[in-house]
Formats: sequence, C-alpha cells, structure tokens
Amino acid sequence: MNEPARTLDPTQKLHFYQKGTFTVGNRLVSEQERAVQASIDRSNALTCGHRACQGCGEALGARYAIDAAMRETNGQLIAVNATGCLEVFTTPYPETSWQTPWLHSLFGNAAAVAAGVAAAMRVKGRRDVRVIAQGGDGGTTDIGFGCLSGMFERNDDVLYICYDNEAYMNTGVQRSSATPPAARTATTPAMGPEPGNVFGTGKSVPKIAVAHGIPYVATATVADLHDLERKVVKAMRIHGARYIHIHVPCPLGWGSASNDTIRLARLAVECGLFPVFEAEHGLVTGSRKIRRQVPVDDYLKPQKRFAHLFGSEQGNKRLAMVQAIADRNIVEYRLLDHDGDV
Amino acid sequence: MLKQIEGSRAMAEAIGLCRPEVICAYPITPQTHIVEGLGEMVRTGDIKNCEFINVESEFAALSVSIGASAAGARAYTATASQGLLFMAEAVYNASGLGLPIVMTLGNRAIGAPINIWNDHSDAMALCDAGWMQLFAETNQEAADLHIQAFRLAEELSMPVMVCVDGFILTHAVERIDIPTQADVDAYLPPYEPVQVLDPKDPISIGAMVGPDAFTEVRYLQHYKQTLALRLIPEYAAEFKARFGRDSGGLLRSYRVEDAELIVVAMGSVNGTIKDTIDEMRADGLPVGLVTLVAFRPFPTEALRAQLVRARDVVVIEKSLAVGMGGPLANNVDLALRNVAGAPHVHSVIAGLGGRPITCASLHRVLRRALVQPWEGAHFLDLNEEIVAKELHHVRKVRRSGPTAENLLRRLGQAAEQSAVLGASR
Repeated sequence: MNEPARTLDPTQKLHFYQKGTFTVGNRLVSEQERAVQASIDRSNALTCGHRACQGCGEALGARYAIDAAMRETNGQLIAVNATGCLEVFTTPYPETSWQTPWLHSLFGNAAAVAAGVAAAMRVKGRRDVRVIAQGGDGGTTDIGFGCLSGMFERNDDVLYICYDNEAYMNTGVQRSSATPPAARTATTPAMGPEPGNVFGTGKSVPKIAVAHGIPYVATATVADLHDLERKVVKAMRIHGARYIHIHVPCPLGWGSASNDTIRLARLAVECGLFPVFEAEHGLVTGSRKIRRQVPVDDYLKPQKRFAHLFGSEQGNKRLAMVQAIADRNIVEYRLLDHDGDV
Repeated sequence: MLKQIEGSRAMAEAIGLCRPEVICAYPITPQTHIVEGLGEMVRTGDIKNCEFINVESEFAALSVSIGASAAGARAYTATASQGLLFMAEAVYNASGLGLPIVMTLGNRAIGAPINIWNDHSDAMALCDAGWMQLFAETNQEAADLHIQAFRLAEELSMPVMVCVDGFILTHAVERIDIPTQADVDAYLPPYEPVQVLDPKDPISIGAMVGPDAFTEVRYLQHYKQTLALRLIPEYAAEFKARFGRDSGGLLRSYRVEDAELIVVAMGSVNGTIKDTIDEMRADGLPVGLVTLVAFRPFPTEALRAQLVRARDVVVIEKSLAVGMGGPLANNVDLALRNVAGAPHVHSVIAGLGGRPITCASLHRVLRRALVQPWEGAHFLDLNEEIVAKELHHVRKVRRSGPTAENLLRRLGQAAEQSAVLGASR
C-alpha cells in the first residue's frame, strides 16, 4: 500500500552557503524540490484574516502543512480540527480562514472524527480525497490521546498533525503533558522550592506513535519549513495512519518576542531539546543533524517562562538538568553523528 | 418475512436493510448482540458498501459516526448505560452539528453500584441532548423504529436514539416480521445531506458561535423537534400503509375511553401493564393506559388530549432523578400544566436495575391508586426492612461503610436466616 517515497532529503544534497541559517534559496534546488509556499499556485488553505497572535508558530506551521498537503492531493483534502487556538482563531464565524472543507467537533476526538471521514470517503469510492486531523499538544497528547492511539492502531488512512506549543495556550497557558520541565505555566507557577513544571513528567507522543508501528512518523519545526513541507508531502504519498509533530513557539505562552518565533524554534533544535527525526513502520530512519550544538541556556533565556532558572545557584542546578535532557536526546537520536555533508 | 429470532438480531437485520454506510460501536452489554450481528452481515456481504469499524471507546464510536455523517455517509452506532455517558460530549455535539446519526440505546442502569440490567436511567440522563428519543414496546417495534428513525433523522438533519429495554427486548427470542429490501428501499430514500464535507464546495462546519447567534441555533434545534411532532405520526402512518402494522407514532392508548385512572409508561413494561389492566377491567375497574413512544420530542398536546378526562394519572417509570423523583412523571405534569380540573398525577418508580415489574405488584399499586392515591414518588416493591436497618446503622455508626455492600450483606443474612428457619422446620 506504500508507494516508495521519493528521495527528497535536502540534507543529503544541498549545500548551505550562508552560515548560521537553514535558508536555501529556491534557485538552488530543482523545480520539484522548491517550496510549496514559493509557488504562485499555492492554495492559501489557511488564508489571511484569521485572529492568531503576532508571531504565532501554530498559524505558520498549519499554513505550510496544509498547503503542502493541498498541493500533493490536488486540493482533494478534508481537514478535521480539534478544539484549541487553531480552531478558534481561524473560524470566528461568519468568517473562516479555511479554503478546505473543514470540520471541528470536539477537543478530544479529532483523530476519531477524521477516521469517520476517511471511512465515509472509502465507502463513497472517493479514494482520491485524503483526510488530515490536526490539533494542539493538549488536544493530542492529553485529552485526544485515546482517540489518537485508536486511530494509529487501526491504521486508519489519516494524517494527524500535532502543533506542539508545549501548553494549553487557548485557555491561558496551563500545563500539558508536552510542557517541558521547569517551564512556568499558569498551573505550574514559578513558585516554591521547585518552580515551574516538574522534572520527570511528560511524554513523547512521537515515540509513542513510533511504537504503534504506523507507516510514518516525523517531527518537524517551523524553523525548517522546507523540511516540514517535505515531510507533509511524504506523508500524503503514504496510506494508513501517519503522524507529524511540529514544534511551534508561542510568544504569548512562552513569554518571548513575537519576532523570535523562528529563532527559538531553531535554537530548540540546535540545543537538542527538540529532536527532528523520521520513522517508518516502527523504526527510526533518520534525524536532522545539529551543525553546532548550542547550550540550552541560549534557547531558554529569551523565554520568560524559564526566567526563574537564571541568576541563582538553584537555577543553575536545574539548568544542568535541562542540559542533561538535551544531551540525552543528542545521543538517542544521533543528532551530532554527522554522516557526510549536513 | 416471519422469523423466530433474538430481538438484537432483528434490529441488526432491520438496520442492515436501511443500507448503513458506516457502522461504528464499542462493546457494552446489553447492546453487543446488535453490533455483532451487523459486523457479521458486513463481513458476509449481506450488508454491502458498508464500513464496520471497531474502536477503543464509546466516545470514539460516536466521534467516528460524526465524521462519517458530516462526510455524507449514513452512520449508525449503538450503546448503553455507562457507554452513553462516556460519549456524552459527542452526543450533544452530534445534535448541535445537525448530523442525522441513528443510535440504538440498549437501556440499562447506570452505576455506581455497577449494574448491567434494564432501566431507563441512561436515556433520561441525556434526554435533553438534542436527540429524538423513541421507545420500543416490543421487538417488532424495535426493528421497525430503526427504519423510521433513519427517515426521520435525515429529513430533519437531527439524530435519533432508538431506546430498547436491555435484555427484556435485546435478548428475547420471538416471532418478528423482517421487511423486504424492496419495501425498505421504497420507504427510506438514499441519504441526501443538507451539509457535507466536499472538496468541490469547501465549507467550514463546527465554528464557534457567540452570544450573537447561539440562542437562534438552539431555538432552531427545538423548532425541528416540534416539526418532528408532526412527522413522527406521519411516518408511522406511511409505515403502516406499506408494512401493514402499527409501529411508532407519538403514543398509543389502550382502553382509555371511559378510564378514570390512566397509566402512562414507556418501553417493554407496557405489555405487563396491559395484562394487568385487562384483569382490572374484568373486575369492573375503570383503568386505561397511554404508551409513550416519543419521549423527545415530548408530545405534550397529544398526551394532554389523552389524559384530561381522567381523574388520576399514574406514571410508571424505570428511572429516578435523585432528589427530584420521576423524570417522566415530571414531564407528564408539564403536559397538564395550567389545565383546569387536570387529573392528579401519581408517580411510581419501578424496575430499577432490572427488578422485575410483576402483574401482582402492578395490581397492588394501581388498586391503591383508585382508593388511596399518594403524593410524591412511590417506589414499587421497595424492601423497606433492609432500608430501615441500614438507616438505623448509619445513624448509630459514623464510619458506616459503603451503602451498597451493607445492603447486600443484609440481604445475604436474611437469606441465611430463612434457610436456617426452613431447615429447622
């Protein structure tokens, strides 16, 4: 059922002429590999006029992901949305930013609703119409987790995209199971002897997705939109359950400058806290290498949610614990094991 | 075609004749035999062009149905009891989105204490969720109501719950007439959705609605149910014309013409009540019965017309709103609100958690209603002895322990004592 994925990994072929950036001009790549957003034919699936905050990583990620999926499916795409920021800021009815057929049902059932849409398309003989479910980290890793796991194990023909901004931003920045250790949220305040989110809690849904043995799992980031598009395109060429987990900074929830969204997303990758990898049928097949590892401090310092970590001995100890998490990711996902040109 | 089959199997065959396109359910007693039957028919090809999906919870079962229905497929699911509560959020969502899903509810008690037997607590818990609720009296009616339910749901773009008494109907084997495919096809046209997810015409469904239009959305849901008050009898009449039998409608009456006391009830208990009424009539007692089929929409006017001439109304129901009394009795009260000289309404709570409702008990309570009517709720066959003992224990001991376990222990002690007494005799 899987057509062989086209080898499209730009990390294997491209050369980066500008230091300290992932930008590769479209001129430097073949016609086929050029960004969806660079095309005049892009669908603008999530079009202008929505109410996302300035610098919203989720709006950016969703725009790129859905446009890429629209191109790959010739516009034969239905999107199901979990409750959350993305749902609220895109559909202040009678306005809607969606240029695709779009359904919002509940917070915790997007994966199951999408499975129902996919079943309807199968029974109607519309095999050309593909289905995407999307939600934030709360709707994916917490309240929607049961339905998500069910969709995975049944291998329903759905691509689920999680836009991970590491807390319940829509309800006012409360902790989710994707909130990183030490992060201050409204329900993990920077107070007491161990301020912020508790160490040793949380879960990696990408790893859990891999454990389901589904055809395709990937993490991606708005710091590398070309890679994000590539992964969405790859996912749309595969049938069965697929999962893409996109790291999307939230200026409001993270207490960061709105013009720092891309920089922070990149630092999260380069310090090792957000490993970017791909897996197929239960096996990790590759990871995005880090060219120069940066200390986690560089990533954490511009974010007010981590301000309590800086300027005290206790804070330094906890920073070392965060650094240890990053270092462990680097080993686990072989993030510094350069194999040729990166 | 006449068949001697289990009620669940008959319902499954009737649902199959409705050409469902997506069936999705999660196992819960006593609904399981229905979806097992459907799963089998999909596998064998007796139901063609249908996706049968096994999911991880009732919440997912209805969510899959929501997605399928919004994408234009005829969707069916079934549940009971805890399962209905587990999907409660999606129950409201399906009706709010206006999706014509049909769901069988194998009526069962709700825990704690956990109990798998029949009562109407589940249906009552979600009776105001915007679904139409039709209660079957017999397995023939249970099968027939599903065919009418798809028609009704799709005409109004509003979901329907077909409520069938767990075990009493779902597991009873009896003679049932299964219609032909041609007749069902003639009665039930293919599903033409009023809204559908279609890349050719991309629309957004399920947007946030603020105070500016929320009242109107809800009002239109309510308005649709008032339309159903007209459509339900119309479709039942059409059903009779084609299939030759009375099934469905808003309500049915039995020997009410000159009745001074009218019983109101829903579901399978109506058979027992009719037998009791026949016996009381033989004794010259003026009693009659109104069987409610539609609980939502509530047929206020039709019910009032049946009841106004009576002196007393006894509502027998298998549900209890703790702290209030009988929810059906409360609704019947509403039908008589502001009616001059309206009959007095007396409430009987019966058959909770599957306790049998016997003719003997019905005789006792109905004869009492004729001579010594009561106020408030009467609990049929309540074991007052163990209740009194438990109340005494609770007053005496602060850490009195779990009520359910205490009562069961007292029942066990009582049984032991009677066994000892029996042996010594």
